[in-house]
Amino acid sequence: MAGPSLQTPVRPASLRVEGLSAWYGRRQALRNINLEIVPGQITAVIGPSGCGKSTLVRCLNRLHEVVPGARVEGRVLLNGEDIYAPGVDPVVVRRRVGMVFQRPNPFPTMSVFENVAIGPRLNGLARGAELEELVVRSLKLAALWDEVKDKLHLPGTALSGGQQQRLCIARALAVNPEVLLLDEPTTALDPISTLKIEDLLRQLKTEYTIVIVTHNMQQAARVSDFTAFMLAGDDLVGELVEFGPTRQLFTNPRDPRTEAYITGRFG
Amino acid sequence: MTFPRIAGRPVARSQLADAVFELLVAALGLGVLGLAVAIGLNLAGEAGPALGQFGPAFFARSIWDPVREEFGALPFIYGTLATSFLALLIGSPVALATAIFLAELAPGWLKGPISYLVELLAAIPSVVYGLWGLFVLAPVLRTTVQPALGNWLGFLPLFQGPFYGVGIFTGGVILAIMVIPSIAAVSRDVIRAVPNDQREAMLALGATRWETIRYAVLPAARSGIIGLGVLGLGRALGETMAVTMVIGNRPEIPASLFAPGYTMAAVIANEFAEATSDLHLSALFGVGFGLFLLTLLVNILARLLVWRVAWGPVGGE
Amino acid sequence: MTSHRYVPTGNYRRRKATSLIAQGVMVLAAGLSVGALFAVLGFVFVQGISGLDLNLLTQTPKPPGEAGGGMANAIVGTFIVVVLACVLSLPVGVGAGIYLAEYGRTGLLAQLIRFMSDVLTGVPSVVVGLFAYTVLVLPLGHFSALAGGFALGVIMLPTVTRATEEMLRQVPDSIREAALALGFEQWKVTLRVVLPTAFNGVLTGILLAVARAAGETAPLLFTAFGNPFWNLDPTQPMAALPLQIFVYAISPYDDWHRQAWAGAFLLVALVLAVSVVARILGRRTPARF
Repeated sequence: MAGPSLQTPVRPASLRVEGLSAWYGRRQALRNINLEIVPGQITAVIGPSGCGKSTLVRCLNRLHEVVPGARVEGRVLLNGEDIYAPGVDPVVVRRRVGMVFQRPNPFPTMSVFENVAIGPRLNGLARGAELEELVVRSLKLAALWDEVKDKLHLPGTALSGGQQQRLCIARALAVNPEVLLLDEPTTALDPISTLKIEDLLRQLKTEYTIVIVTHNMQQAARVSDFTAFMLAGDDLVGELVEFGPTRQLFTNPRDPRTEAYITGRFG
Repeated sequence: MTFPRIAGRPVARSQLADAVFELLVAALGLGVLGLAVAIGLNLAGEAGPALGQFGPAFFARSIWDPVREEFGALPFIYGTLATSFLALLIGSPVALATAIFLAELAPGWLKGPISYLVELLAAIPSVVYGLWGLFVLAPVLRTTVQPALGNWLGFLPLFQGPFYGVGIFTGGVILAIMVIPSIAAVSRDVIRAVPNDQREAMLALGATRWETIRYAVLPAARSGIIGLGVLGLGRALGETMAVTMVIGNRPEIPASLFAPGYTMAAVIANEFAEATSDLHLSALFGVGFGLFLLTLLVNILARLLVWRVAWGPVGGE
Repeated sequence: MTSHRYVPTGNYRRRKATSLIAQGVMVLAAGLSVGALFAVLGFVFVQGISGLDLNLLTQTPKPPGEAGGGMANAIVGTFIVVVLACVLSLPVGVGAGIYLAEYGRTGLLAQLIRFMSDVLTGVPSVVVGLFAYTVLVLPLGHFSALAGGFALGVIMLPTVTRATEEMLRQVPDSIREAALALGFEQWKVTLRVVLPTAFNGVLTGILLAVARAAGETAPLLFTAFGNPFWNLDPTQPMAALPLQIFVYAISPYDDWHRQAWAGAFLLVALVLAVSVVARILGRRTPARF
């Protein structure tokens, strides 16, 4: 098969957002976002709730448009190719840009193994022994293997919340994406599970470009290399206020609004 | 959940009134319960003479001759089961696909009107379906669909013989049209109730729209949909007028689906008011009792399936 | 720029085709469902309206074989039988619903009543007719509108019960507590506060039950039985619209077929009107059935 080799993960991809605006029906949610996401690094997106940070990451794998009435303007370049160009199939984009959601959402009717296997199986990446190997590798990558190796046949929902979320990460990794999007992945989890997932992200970043949305500034400071700060303007449309290396943004923000936010003066 | 009752306070007249009211509504509730039991007992009692005369074999005999007072319910049982399964065979795939269309595919502006139309289909009275089946559907099936089926599948006895128009096949088709709206409307709700994050998780893996439906949505909705299918079967088994008007009313077990037959509900509808001998009446009660038991069984099965969905543990929490 | 990673994997073309075909099948199925509706309603409207005349609304049936006559007595009969059904079933159904929602939310007895009520929903209407025959026709010695009303009432009962329960449950406990805090006895809270709050919803459920009952034929065959003459006495056999349609449809006379279509048009118009009113009322309350 002329597909990617499973043993050698691909190089993480670059992601460049140019003039991106997004709408839900008539309501605009994002205005003119410009952002350069660095390959092989973790980029955090922070901001108060309602600032459009979830919408932004959902635009990066074209999941935004599955909401009825939603639309997007602007460009998102994945390794230089516009994923919104005419003729680009969102299904192909989504396979290259994996996503983990706010609440753990394993498929309840599938076992732990099947939850991870379904992506590669659908995409025709592997079958038989090769598929098993891929599932094991993905579970190991998600630091879950030791905990579930005896529970592969149990339903995915039988695991604890933190394990479910790592299962969802393993599921996303199994289709071998170049970018991994995480939309507030630890909101629903306890502190210990949160720390495990943060550790995991640091290990994964050499092989994947990671974008993590978080409402938790400490988390952004702990795990990310770059941080984007977003804020909804007076008309409630989200804008990018500041983007830069995490350390600089937290210690020496250029924009007074960023400073106000990180010092706790906004919601 | 339970609203706290006022208890343990000194008895006052107001509390007496409360107690009387509670007793009253409890009695009415018991009335509903009693009614269901009474129907079963009543039918069994009235069927007694016929069941006594022919024994359990009443449900296995295929003779039905009011003149010679020989009765057996098998032809009706066959007709009921044959038309109902045919209805489910034709109707449930269409209903399920319609439900999927309404829940997952239809653009917003189309969802409301089409849902509404499908629900209207359920409100049309049975006798109107019968009228339409008799004068419109049966002639069309006789001249087009039945000859075509006879051509392709004529090597099977089920599709051999003359095309009557009225018969088991037409009964099944009219029943299919009647069960579609009930299965489709509720299946749509079951499918819609599947949490959105399941769909998005599948889409985010690079699944196509159909794969998302096939692997994320339908499995989560499966037991509910099966329950609804069984519920539809229950409805088809007991459906009377429309089938009575197109089944052909012949108490036989024909080899061909195109031939006339009879159903349990239809024979009661046609013969009961005109039955003169006590044994004939009792035999019709026997058929009614059998129909009651059959639908009871199917409905209990369906409720168990649907209840498990409604109140059972929901995954993903 | 384009490496092998950006080319869809080998099976993608097939998957996409499968997806499109599957979606096409869904669209086709929905079209088939809606098409069936238009086929049925279309014929009823075209044949019914062309068969409609004033006699149908003002005259009683002519003897078999004679052209002309109408269904006036059947229209009135349907109205009377449905009113009888309401009188018999609404107090019991609403009362049982109150019990289930207010007193027996989780008790074993309530679960049993709920289950039996669902069982009752599944009992074929022709079987309910048999039951009504043994309860009212046999003791009275003859067919009667009362027996027909009883049969339709039994058919309506479970729907009314469950609709009442569902709608009362939607009333938040805070409203009950507020009323109790004002010193109302509990039964007054239920009848004066909770039931009126849920009134629209309960009425929606009742109207849907009425719409279904009004179109029922089978349970009337050997209860109300039908009657070619004017009759307003509920203890005597009475005509009903669905019965008349059935008798005329299976008759050999062309003019009766015409009247059957016209009667079907009236019946469908009646049933759809009641359903539409029910839905409009139901839309004003948050709950759906």
